[in-house]
Amino acid sequence: MKSVDLVIVGGGPAGMSAAVAAYDAGIKDILILERDKSLGGILRQCIHNGFGLHRFKEELTGPEYAYRYEIQVKERNIPFKTETMVLDISEDKVVTAMNSTDGMFQIKAKAIILAMGCRERPKGALNIAGTRPAGIFTAGTAQKFVNMDGYMPGKKVVILGSGDIGLIMARRMTLEGAEVKAVCELMPYSGGLARNIEQCLNDFGIPLMLSHTVVEIHGKERVEGVTIAKVDDRRRPIPETKQYIECDTLLLSCGLLPENELTRAAGISIDRITSGAVVDENRQTDIEGVFACGNVLHVHDLVDYVSEESDIAGKAAARYIKGENAAALPCTVELETDGRVRYTVPQRIVGKEDVTVYFRVADVFRDIKITVRDGERVIISKKKQKVAPGEMETVKITKDMLASLEGNKLTFSIE
Amino acid sequence: MYDVVVVGAGVVGALVARTLAKYDLKILILEKESDVAMGSTKANSAIVHAGFDAAEGSLKAKLNVRGSEMMEQVTRELGVKYNRNGSLVVAFESERKEVEKLVARGIANGVKGVRLVERKELHELEPNLNDDLDCALLAPTGAIICPYELTIAAVGNAMDNGAELKLNFEVSDIKKTDGGFAVTSSKGETVETKYLINSAGLYSDKIAAMTGDADVEVHPRRGDYMLLDRECGNFCSHTIFHTPTKMGKGILVSPTVDGNLLLGPTATDILDKEDTKTTAEGFASVVSKANDNVKNLPLNKVITSFCGLRAVGSTGDFIIKMNDGVITLAGIESPGLSSAPAIAEYVEKLLTDAGMKADVKVDYNPIRRPAHYFKTLSMEEKNEIIKKDPRYGKMVCRCESITEGEIVEALTVNPRATDIDGVKRRTRSGMGRCQGGFCSPTVVELIARELGVPFESVTKFGGASVINYGKTKGDN
Repeated sequence: MKSVDLVIVGGGPAGMSAAVAAYDAGIKDILILERDKSLGGILRQCIHNGFGLHRFKEELTGPEYAYRYEIQVKERNIPFKTETMVLDISEDKVVTAMNSTDGMFQIKAKAIILAMGCRERPKGALNIAGTRPAGIFTAGTAQKFVNMDGYMPGKKVVILGSGDIGLIMARRMTLEGAEVKAVCELMPYSGGLARNIEQCLNDFGIPLMLSHTVVEIHGKERVEGVTIAKVDDRRRPIPETKQYIECDTLLLSCGLLPENELTRAAGISIDRITSGAVVDENRQTDIEGVFACGNVLHVHDLVDYVSEESDIAGKAAARYIKGENAAALPCTVELETDGRVRYTVPQRIVGKEDVTVYFRVADVFRDIKITVRDGERVIISKKKQKVAPGEMETVKITKDMLASLEGNKLTFSIE
Repeated sequence: MYDVVVVGAGVVGALVARTLAKYDLKILILEKESDVAMGSTKANSAIVHAGFDAAEGSLKAKLNVRGSEMMEQVTRELGVKYNRNGSLVVAFESERKEVEKLVARGIANGVKGVRLVERKELHELEPNLNDDLDCALLAPTGAIICPYELTIAAVGNAMDNGAELKLNFEVSDIKKTDGGFAVTSSKGETVETKYLINSAGLYSDKIAAMTGDADVEVHPRRGDYMLLDRECGNFCSHTIFHTPTKMGKGILVSPTVDGNLLLGPTATDILDKEDTKTTAEGFASVVSKANDNVKNLPLNKVITSFCGLRAVGSTGDFIIKMNDGVITLAGIESPGLSSAPAIAEYVEKLLTDAGMKADVKVDYNPIRRPAHYFKTLSMEEKNEIIKKDPRYGKMVCRCESITEGEIVEALTVNPRATDIDGVKRRTRSGMGRCQGGFCSPTVVELIARELGVPFESVTKFGGASVINYGKTKGDN
């Protein structure tokens, strides 16, 4: 069996950043396995701008952002295989994959980085009543039809869910001549970025209907309309508020789910909230030498953070392959949340260096403090005017804090 | 002039055609939809019933028991998945009498191995059962199957043996001719036949009326179902029914042959034969009744929901009759799927008894290659195929691991798929947890390429169910 130092599953922004970081940290024997036709992942179809403000201090489109990394991968001659599907990862780090030229093959890796990204929540999971005609797509599928294939999947559109892809597609479909009649959001707030609501809905006069959902789909062969309704504070539709909207298309932007089939099959522990692996600050899972980064670990709001996280994973994988971090793992601190903070990544800290902890909140909170406690003792208290589920928050746990911890638990809360 | 025309390509019509295809006969299957298996066959509980609940002596009882016996061989020949997982009919203490009656009926109907299991054994058999359940009927011969996979395979095998299939042929008129019938479609196309088999499901009354038989009455009974992710396929191993009522066998909880978990159906009698809308009330009822039978149901793992219509006859039994060259098969509600092979055998006998002259073909081949054979191959065997045809190395549906080679097969092997749902039912592409989110654009591309049609003319299931309306501005 062929062996490689580092196999990276996925050649999107996460996989490419991790590959570059690992290479620059001294690991040259890398193989990226990408299922699509070329590197870049989902960014290839995200032709709008707004990427890279943090990372490159300029506004790039998705393909431009991906290209910045593709160049770096190619400059370093890091090997990659496209149209290659990874079918299995075993606990002893044997990767089974398949493509047209090599057929099915296996590679023994010293370390693996999981960077498979995420997928959209499909209609079936939403239990919307009514008929099952053509014309119901996830926003990302519609985005692929419009941006990659050059075809219009709809003319009169209602969008359910105000996730970022839904907001982006509201504008995209409008620019292509479709009429976007409404964006319905079940929650009393949007799950998308504030700037997207401004630039994709408000600028085009598309109504955002908060606390609304689609209760019935109409149409035998193609969608002919949807019935929407306002929901009460327990998210149940209020019958008197039902209204019919004529449309031929329903786009769904109801959340993203990390694609962790391979991770689960390998026996790696999954966080119930993130649906991604449980990791330490090196983004190492509970199988030694298997790391995860990007949207497969938890869904990010900005690709810039994906790159940041993937750098960490790439460098850590390099250290692991070189045998450098074996001895340096004396303490384990578990990170806990109060529920108002939904989750943290990482979920545990094993080292002694500074750690940036990423997290999301469960609701919109105003004038609050983000608090981190070591037992009863408050070690961080950070004031915020507003936090929202759509935007990722961070706090930094310094090495001094870690050195002076009394317990082995840190609790993250909103107060 | 055809020897036999079969109206309706559901599971019954498909198995009738396949059974008759062994004879030296000119056979034509007519179907009004854009694919086979589009009516009641497409959306039901996917169970091969052991045969304990039909009244002793009824056609339902006889054909169910016989069909269940035949199914293993039929599925083996056709390469269709079939799993004798056993059925349980569970009961609370108050329902014990009913279940005991059912066991007695099962024994009278000749169901092999049927018996009563008591609380302790029951909960050992199925740890996820509701703790309050007291006893159950166990029928080890109960099985699960995929009804559209069976139907597609049966039509395919019939076609491989010379039968013809006309899709989008909605019969609008039947006239008696010298020595047979002239069957005309709504588009004005006419075919002639000596014998006519009416297996038109919900519309078998309408077809019967066209042949001069006004006595057949069929109405739809709708049922909502919910399907859960393959992660939940091990939730239970048996098919779990609750003690039946006169509206049917209640809400079942069952693994499927493809490894999902199925919940449903509700049972509501309706008038509209096209009304397959799901309802919020239906979902609520499925969930609440399923929760009577099992605990810890992982409802956050629902990947899709659907509604099917059973063709309920007016007599309470299957309506099977032969009259002057017409065989009517109506009211084939549950256990219709289970009985289908036996119904086909029965039709064969009716025709030969009526003096239909035909010899068995010398080159008749009852075997069809399994639709999902590629998945079951070893790594070496797969590599052999990929070397010859690289399309088998290209993954299209990542959730269900379906390659381009398999999709092209679905578009070229009898009966050929022509739309996205047709590809889906043949290959399972788009049936996984992302429900086609990733693979549907590629499937559209492959359909357009293989069928030589424009990208924007590809449909979900024929007719006006188009996926795209045309090119974007920049491309016009």
